[in-house]
Amino acid sequence: MNAINQSGWKPQMNAREGGAPMTSTGNKALMLEEALIFEIGSDETCGVDLPEVDAAASRLGDLARERPIGLPGLSEPEAVRHYTRLSRQNYAIDLGLFPLGSCTMKHNPRLNEKMARLPGFADVHPLAPVDSIQGALEVIHQLAHWLVTLTGMHSVAMSPKAGAHGELCGILAIKAALEACGESGRKVILVPESAHGTNPATAAFAGFTVEDIPATPEGRVDLAALTARLGPDVAGVMITNPNTCGLFERDMKAISDAVHEAGGFVYCDGANFNAIVGRVRPGDLGIDAMHINLHKTFSTPHGGGGPGSGPVVFSEALAPYAPLPFVEKHGDHFVLVEEETARQEQHGSSFGRMVAFHGQMGMFTRALTYILSHGADGLRQVAEDAVLNANYVLRRLEDVLDAPFGGSGPCMHEALFSDEGLAEGFTTLDVAKGLIDEGYHPMTMYFPLVVHGAMLVEPTETESKAALDQFIDALRSVAERAKAGDASLKSAPHFAPRARLDETLAARKPVLVWKEQPLAEAAE
Amino acid sequence: MARYFTEEHEWIEIDGDVGTVGISEYAQSQLGDIVFVDVPDEGKEFAKGDEAAVVESVKAASDVYAPASGTVIEGNSALTDDPSLVNSDPEGDGWFFRISLSDSSELEELMDEDAYASFVKKL
Amino acid sequence: MRYLPLTQHDREAMLSVVGAGSIDDLFVDVPEAAQLDGPVHGLPDHASELAVERHMTALARKNTVAGEVPFFLGCGAYKHHVPASVDHLIQRGEFLTAYTPYQPEIAQGTLQMLFEFQTQVARLLGTDVANASMYDGSTACWEAIGMARRITKRGKAILSSGLHPHYVSVAKTMAKFTGDVLESAAPTLSAETDVADLIARIDADTSCVVVQYPDILGRIADLSELATACQAKKALLIAVVTEPVALGAIKSPGEMGADIVVGEGQSLGVGLQFGGPYVGLFGCKDKYVRQMPGRLCGETVDADGRRGFVLTLSTREQHIRREKATSNICTNSGLCALAFSIHMTLLGEKGLRGLAMVNHTKAVAAAERLAQVPGVELVTDRFFNEFTLKLPTEARPVVRTLAERGVLAGVSLGRLYPDADELKNGLVVAVTEVVTDEDVEALATALQEVLA
Repeated sequence: MNAINQSGWKPQMNAREGGAPMTSTGNKALMLEEALIFEIGSDETCGVDLPEVDAAASRLGDLARERPIGLPGLSEPEAVRHYTRLSRQNYAIDLGLFPLGSCTMKHNPRLNEKMARLPGFADVHPLAPVDSIQGALEVIHQLAHWLVTLTGMHSVAMSPKAGAHGELCGILAIKAALEACGESGRKVILVPESAHGTNPATAAFAGFTVEDIPATPEGRVDLAALTARLGPDVAGVMITNPNTCGLFERDMKAISDAVHEAGGFVYCDGANFNAIVGRVRPGDLGIDAMHINLHKTFSTPHGGGGPGSGPVVFSEALAPYAPLPFVEKHGDHFVLVEEETARQEQHGSSFGRMVAFHGQMGMFTRALTYILSHGADGLRQVAEDAVLNANYVLRRLEDVLDAPFGGSGPCMHEALFSDEGLAEGFTTLDVAKGLIDEGYHPMTMYFPLVVHGAMLVEPTETESKAALDQFIDALRSVAERAKAGDASLKSAPHFAPRARLDETLAARKPVLVWKEQPLAEAAE
Repeated sequence: MARYFTEEHEWIEIDGDVGTVGISEYAQSQLGDIVFVDVPDEGKEFAKGDEAAVVESVKAASDVYAPASGTVIEGNSALTDDPSLVNSDPEGDGWFFRISLSDSSELEELMDEDAYASFVKKL
Repeated sequence: MRYLPLTQHDREAMLSVVGAGSIDDLFVDVPEAAQLDGPVHGLPDHASELAVERHMTALARKNTVAGEVPFFLGCGAYKHHVPASVDHLIQRGEFLTAYTPYQPEIAQGTLQMLFEFQTQVARLLGTDVANASMYDGSTACWEAIGMARRITKRGKAILSSGLHPHYVSVAKTMAKFTGDVLESAAPTLSAETDVADLIARIDADTSCVVVQYPDILGRIADLSELATACQAKKALLIAVVTEPVALGAIKSPGEMGADIVVGEGQSLGVGLQFGGPYVGLFGCKDKYVRQMPGRLCGETVDADGRRGFVLTLSTREQHIRREKATSNICTNSGLCALAFSIHMTLLGEKGLRGLAMVNHTKAVAAAERLAQVPGVELVTDRFFNEFTLKLPTEARPVVRTLAERGVLAGVSLGRLYPDADELKNGLVVAVTEVVTDEDVEALATALQEVLA
């Protein structure tokens, strides 16, 4: 009777509230409800002590604020409790395996946090005289050296603020290079169907037309179709390698050669560099530009949605067009090359500045700390363990979940499954929500688009075998319930701080700022 | 009054030289709960096949193409307040816009109700 | 390697489960020519925590720490005191190591925080709505210009000469690729802003006017007439705030009629960090919400009728709209938004307004003291916590000399506008609550000596 259940899940757990008494607060022991600051704070409460000042000295004239802003304040104990309670409603890497494919949710070492907070890095102004911030420039220079060497590329632009910003940097460099050699008629960027949404969004933003490249039944770029499409109107390709199906693009070098032959450039989305760092150098595959998400491969924390950091490595052909500013070493001295110095030193072909100041310094110190901790040998081990863990997940689950490309060989750092074989009416969403009840963050759902009901599992290298085994058992039990048509899955999660949320209501009647009247009452 | 359908699941109902455009029952069932509709302003001109409106569910945005060329007479402002009309009555109150046709011969290339029904059956 | 849990024994057992003889068998899809035979050459191997800490600390020591010297730098990044609880709370693993809240049932902490942040930001900027943050002020500024183009379907943006030159550069870079026409100029070293000139230049092709408040020289101007003028020509007014603490003391741009207000939120909770990561603020009028870039968090209910929060209006974004998205932005600045929001909650109405007045009165006193240095002239007459001095000589070498003497005196306009000869004697000085009377005296004395 209970053969499908190896993991502690019991059918009676489906009964919502399970007959347990309701509490008067809505809290359930350690699961605590928390009101909004606008409901618990007041405009008279303040968690900061300030000196009294003489307002008579004001030089603000009639621009002095008259209206209240409407900001509630909390004392320090109230604030600490508010945010601590909120934090406990989040899943996080620190709590358990976070198998979100394509996002590389690996452990975030705490030494990185400690180093980023050294006053010599945290308390330094971006416009301070260059002689007073030599150490900051040296951090950028050292990290740049590691990134260039690990990728086998020519140079690196450090300023992009995140992966998508890095994509933009690479595509703008391609556009600038084409313009410089009188090839601005090239208006088409080819992007595989399996690409991240940022790829077509970036190319379109830079004024290119986006055309899809089909995939082979094996989940890789169709080289023949791509080659056939190349021509004088094609500016380049944007290819993710390893790709979003978790597979290495075997033909990458041939693709690069064909694109170069046809006068275009090759952009590589480096979101999945984690799978090959220390084992493969993109520079050996003919790549012209690739962004590196420091918040993925080099473990700077995701922070609930950022900040990220997206340096872009360039080939020699694109290097002259890289954005300002950048750091150069002249003898023992580090120089910040900005608009003025660029002109003096004939860096005149740069496409310009992408951001105020110099990029995500706080992420550079964390990434450099991570890189120095691992070293060349440790980074190679990172890729190997990440790939081994993903293959282990793939092979131990392919008997219960459909693995569309499982037959074509090993995967890289992530295992891809589809919704094929789930009971009628059961979807990937139900499996994901069931996994929440088992104490896990779900895998990436419905991406990549090339697989129906995609479930993309990326365990990363920082999971032990025991942690993987436990996760595999949990996912297996949920998958078996979905195949057996267990109705309780349709209303999962049952044990999370919230049941399924009404996203239709949120989108139809957007409430984006707090209003006095709660939404539930307003809807009635 | 004649009603025609496109392969992109728009319908157009003809009354003289004015056509009323919406999306089919099949289309709304595929899209799920509609949360927003962007209808064109009066006076906008379209060639057949142009992107004329956008219909959004929570997780998808789809373009609605002009089934025939012409000039917009009216967008359905009721959809701004209540996009769910597209779900509850896609081929009636959930219409998107009215268009004054510039070339009614274009309609000959569209499907009639029966042809569309068998087209949908094959999907 | 302390971060890798697999033992050699585990690896062997797992290889046998996946049917591979060695790890190399899992990399068979990589062409042999592209395979490295061992760790990348020329780079050191792994290092202990102690060794790495020593290396990084040595680098950190080579920088002059703002908090250890008389410090007066601003121009888009400000040193404020951040309460200890802010950094403690953002380091809770449930915030620090969470992902974007795509699974709302187990991300209500981040989502509720973002909803609170959006409300705080909207109220501060004086807009109806605000998003869940952008990368920083400069990219938020460019995104606002792009949004104005989509709304007005016009392609000419007029940038005030008081807009931060880096923000202008970023906008110019992007405009090169999107075809927008940007009109911009360097500021003049005077107390007057260019608001009247901007009003005169708005025409039927203008998508937006972009004005910084307070501006790069620290000046503040009433934006009401500019807003009215924009409205009359159906152009949008975009206001840029690089020092949000100012809005505790002066009217908000939204209150004066701005359509879109963007800002750099670094001042609250985030810290200087040599320029990043920072947090972009983005607010606008209700009617433009579907043209906004970036993530939005909205209120809803769950299946049991309890209040909850989700990311919403996602069809604007790249992961759904792909090449038709309002922006390619994906990652935002969530953790910095959290720091901003916590700091703002600790301050509250009373604290922010009090903090703003401390900044302002200290700045006024410092300006008056520095103007007494022989040859030094105060250019700005109406300012918040940042003002511009005109020195009797080029300011840039003076700043360098003062730095060597352990005083970080401010930002020379020569650094920001190397081509503008008429600005080279300008020095922008920021004075926040962290500046003491002794710091001001140290600057005044050192300045007097250097100028003598």
